[in-house]
Amino acid sequence: MVQQPGMPDAAVAPPPMRRVDLPALLARHGALIALAALVLIAQVATPNFLSLRTLNVNLTQVAGIVIVALGMTLVIATGGIDLSVGSLMAIAGALALVAGALGWFNGWLVTRYRIQPIVATLVLFIAGRGIAQVMTNGNLQTFRNTSFQVIGLGRVLGLPVQVWLMLALALLFAWMVRRTLFGRQILAVGGNERAARLAGVPVARVKRRVYVISGLCAGVAGLVVIAINSASDANLVGLGMELDAIAAVAVGGTALSGGQARIGGTVVGALIIQMVRYVLLALGVADAAALVAKAGLIVGAVWLQRRGRAS
Amino acid sequence: VTAWRVMGRYGVVAALVLLILFGAARYENFLGAFNILSFLRYNAMFALVSLGMAFVIMSGGIDLSVGSVAALGSVASALASPWGWELGLLAGLGAGLLNGALVVRGGIAPFIATLATMQAASGCALLLAGNQTVSASYDTSFTEIGQGDWLGLPWPAWIALVMFAAGSVVLNMTGLGRTVLATGGNEDAARLMGLRVDRAKWTVYGASGVLAGLAGVILAAQFGAGQPIEGVGWELFAIAAVVVGGTLLTGGEGSVGTTLAGALLLGLIFNVLNFENGRGTFSLSAYWQSVIRGLFLLVVVVLQARLAGRSTPQNA
Repeated sequence: MVQQPGMPDAAVAPPPMRRVDLPALLARHGALIALAALVLIAQVATPNFLSLRTLNVNLTQVAGIVIVALGMTLVIATGGIDLSVGSLMAIAGALALVAGALGWFNGWLVTRYRIQPIVATLVLFIAGRGIAQVMTNGNLQTFRNTSFQVIGLGRVLGLPVQVWLMLALALLFAWMVRRTLFGRQILAVGGNERAARLAGVPVARVKRRVYVISGLCAGVAGLVVIAINSASDANLVGLGMELDAIAAVAVGGTALSGGQARIGGTVVGALIIQMVRYVLLALGVADAAALVAKAGLIVGAVWLQRRGRAS
Repeated sequence: VTAWRVMGRYGVVAALVLLILFGAARYENFLGAFNILSFLRYNAMFALVSLGMAFVIMSGGIDLSVGSVAALGSVASALASPWGWELGLLAGLGAGLLNGALVVRGGIAPFIATLATMQAASGCALLLAGNQTVSASYDTSFTEIGQGDWLGLPWPAWIALVMFAAGSVVLNMTGLGRTVLATGGNEDAARLMGLRVDRAKWTVYGASGVLAGLAGVILAAQFGAGQPIEGVGWELFAIAAVVVGGTLLTGGEGSVGTTLAGALLLGLIFNVLNFENGRGTFSLSAYWQSVIRGLFLLVVVVLQARLAGRSTPQNA
C-alpha cells in the first residue's frame, strides 16, 4: 500500500483486485470493533459493568452527545459544520424553540451571505453563551417542575426517558437519511453542491433546514441536561459539546468533507467516546490523561478511515 | 483592486481608529499611560496567537489547539522558570509539529487533527500541573517577561511587535510567504507548480505552536503562575480576530497588519465596556462582552461577504 501523504482521495486509483485487506476491514468496521473491545475491557476491568444500573448510567450520560451529534451529522453531510451547538444548549435553558430559531439564523448566514459555516456558526458560539449568561445574569437557575423533570429523571421499561428519546431520534434520522427525499438532497448538496443545484435541488432550503435541525437537537439536548440536574447553569451547560459532537461524527466514519451521513456510525462514535471516559474513570485514571486518550482515539479512528478509503 | 476591496481590507483599521476616538472623547484616562500600557500588556498574548492563526488560515488550514497549547506553554515555562523560560516555547513547538505531522503526514483534516491536539495539550497541561496552578519562580527574572517594561513599553508588547514585523516580512517578501498563500489558494495547483507545499504547512503549524507557546510564557510571567485551564476559547477568539482582520477563511489571501488590528479591536471592545461601566450611567455585566464580540463578528462577516460579492462578480 503505497500512499502519498497529502494527496486528495480522488487522486488515488481504486484497488484493482479484491482480497482481505486488514486496514480496509478495520476502517469499515473499526468503530464497532473498538466499541466491542471497550465493552470487553470494561467488563473485565470493572465490576458490575453489564448490569442494568451501569448501563443506564452510561446511556444517560451519552444521550446528550448523541442527540447533538445527530443534528451535527446532517450539517456535516451538507459539507458544513455547526460550532454553536454548545452555546445553543445553554440558551435552551430558557426555551428549546429559541435554539431552533437561532439554528435558522445560522442557516440564513450560510445561505444568504454564503459565509463559511465555521465562521457563521462562530458568531453564535461566541454570542450565544453570552446571551444565556446575560438572561440569567450568570446565576444558577433551579426549578421544580415534575412534568418537565420527567425528561431527565423518568423511566419507561427500566430505561431512562432521555435514552428512549435518543433512540427514537436516531431511528428517525436514519430513516430520514435513507428513505426520504430530504435525506437524498442533503447528501447531494454535500457531495457536489453545484451539481445538486443544476439537478434542481433547492440547495439553500436544504442547508437552512439542517441548521434548524441541528439547533433543535441542541435545544432538546440542553433541556435533557437541565432536566437531569433540575437546574440550569448558563456558564456550564453544553460547554465543549461542539467538539464532542464533531468527534462523535468523525469517529463514526462520516467524512468532514460532506456527502455522507452515517447515523449509526455517529451513535457508535458517541458511545465510544463515552466508554473511553467511563473505562478510564473506572480504572482511576486522571481526567487529564483521559483527555490525551480521547485525542489519540479521534486521530486513530480518522486516520484508519482515511487509509481504508484510500486503499 | 477596487475601492470596495480596499475598504474590506482596511475597514478594520478605520473601525479601530473610530473606537479609539470614541473612547478618548467619552472617557477621561482612556488615553492615559496606565490604560494603554495595561491594555497592550494583556492583549499581546491574544495578538501572538492570532498571528499564528492567520498564517495557518492563509495556508487553507485551521488551528484549534492554540488555546490549550498556550496553557501547556504557561505550565511548562512556570515549572522551568528557576532555570529559564524556553521550555514553554519548546512545548509549543512540539505541539505545532504534532499538528504538522498529523496534517501533512497523516493526511487528517486540519480541523480534526488540531482538535485532537487541543485535547491532548490540555490533558498534558493538567497532568504536568497536577490539576492546579503552578507558581513561577520569583527569584529569577522570569516574571519580567510579562510584568517588566523596556523603553517605556511592556515586554509583551515588544515581543508581539517584533513577531508581527517578522510575520509581515515573511508573508510579503519571502518565497515561503508566497507558497503559503499559493497553498491556501489552490493546493493542487501549488503542488503541480513545484512549490514546496508540505514544507510550508509544516512551517505554519510549527510557527502557530511556537507563538501559542510564547503566549503561554507571557501568560505565566504576567500572572506569576502557569495556568493549565487558561486558554479555553482562545482559538475562537483568534479565528475571530483573523476574520475581522479581513483574512478570508478559505485561505489564499490575508494580511498580517490587519490581523493585529483585528486582535486589538476585539480587545478594545472589552476595554471600552469596562470604561462604560466605570462611568456608571448604565451597567453591563461582563457577560455582555461576548454578546458584543459576537455581534461585531456578525457585522464584519456580513459586510465582508457583501464586499466580496461586489468585488468578485463570479463568486460561486
